[in-house]
Amino acid sequence: MILLDGIDFGPLAPEHPEELIVGFVLFVIILVVLWKKVIPAFEKTYEERTAEITGGIEKAEAAQAEAAQALATYQAQLAEARSEAAKIREDAKSQAATTAAEIRAQAQADADRILATAKAQLEAERTQVVRQLRGELGGLATELAGRIVGESLSDDELARRTVERFLADLEAEPVEHA
Amino acid sequence: MPGLSLLIPLDWAVCSGEHESFPPGVFSFCSRPLWDGAPGWVNNQVAQAVIGAAIVIAFWLWVAHAQKIVPSKRQFAGEWIYNVIRNGIARDMLGHDYRRFLPYLATLFSFILVNNLFGEFFLFMFPTFSKVGFPWILAILTFLLYNGAGIAKSGFLPYLKKSVLPAGVPKPLWILIIPLEFLSNFVVRPVTLALRLFANMFAGHLVVLVFVVGGTLLLTATEPGNGMPTWLLNGAGGASLVFSFAIFALEMFVGVLQAYIFTVLTAQYVSSALAEEH
Repeated sequence: MILLDGIDFGPLAPEHPEELIVGFVLFVIILVVLWKKVIPAFEKTYEERTAEITGGIEKAEAAQAEAAQALATYQAQLAEARSEAAKIREDAKSQAATTAAEIRAQAQADADRILATAKAQLEAERTQVVRQLRGELGGLATELAGRIVGESLSDDELARRTVERFLADLEAEPVEHA
Repeated sequence: MPGLSLLIPLDWAVCSGEHESFPPGVFSFCSRPLWDGAPGWVNNQVAQAVIGAAIVIAFWLWVAHAQKIVPSKRQFAGEWIYNVIRNGIARDMLGHDYRRFLPYLATLFSFILVNNLFGEFFLFMFPTFSKVGFPWILAILTFLLYNGAGIAKSGFLPYLKKSVLPAGVPKPLWILIIPLEFLSNFVVRPVTLALRLFANMFAGHLVVLVFVVGGTLLLTATEPGNGMPTWLLNGAGGASLVFSFAIFALEMFVGVLQAYIFTVLTAQYVSSALAEEH
């Protein structure tokens, strides 16, 4: 460079031009080492760290979601069980009411039936008694009248005694049941 | 082992004639061959750059091996630095496809940082990048990177057009804007990248030399000079050495800052080369 000829650059000109070459070689050596070894090592660690942290967060989130789902399932099951229990209770209640009504109706029917039977029996017995009485009463009345007529009807004392005897006979006779 | 002792900066290098060790100057940055008869470029400063690169590689491999999801302290420290570059620089500047440029940016940042800190630390006490060749090559690489990324994305001519002509500039201004933008994007950017890093390291090392070498000379003065008594010279030398610690702290900060700036600007240039429109 003619332009620069004769100018003393002093310390601005390299004392040895080889300095540039040495600087270049050293720079390239460091560059290669950093490029191939050091920076990949750092970046790998950083990525692993990021993955670790992200993974941890994801894991926690998954666990949380799982827990939430379990809670929801549990609550659903609980609600189902509750409604089922309520339904069972309701069923039991209505069944009990039905049963009670049935029993009551049955009892009523039984009572009615027993009452009817008793009434019929009573009626039959009464009829029989009446019939028997009617038959016996005619005979008795005839016997009594014969006895009174057979004895002296003028004797009051006798008549009185005859009646009394008759009555005593009546009482002495065993009572017959139909 | 003469090679190693040459790395230690007690013995002043002299590359252009004999100099007094004080005041420091450009000659203070001269290199020394590692051994007698070695080629000029096989010197202590190049050795320093090699050691710096070895440290960078060893550090990264050390923090990157056997990584676990739950980091150890070693891995945590590595991740902290890595995240500064990855999240603080690359992702902020480049958005979603920052990953492609991450190796470059991480290399840039760690290589510059370690070599800058060499200026303050035992054994070297010399910031490698105050030798201008190293900043130059890094700037050239960044220049190639961001232009390459832009061309790969848009094609050569569209990228060139986009670079020299921001959208919406009225035609009469083209004659002004096109050269300015060309100069800015293709000349000023790489040159300022290199010069900024170089000049900061160079100047910082000079200041350190002034305080340390000057302080040492004053502290060890045995006869009055410039009309000042010996005890005053010695006292000033002691104070200067004490203050050199503050300068070292400042230079450490500058070293970290310059590594950061170089990396951020590289990311910024890549980002603007990849941008759809300005």
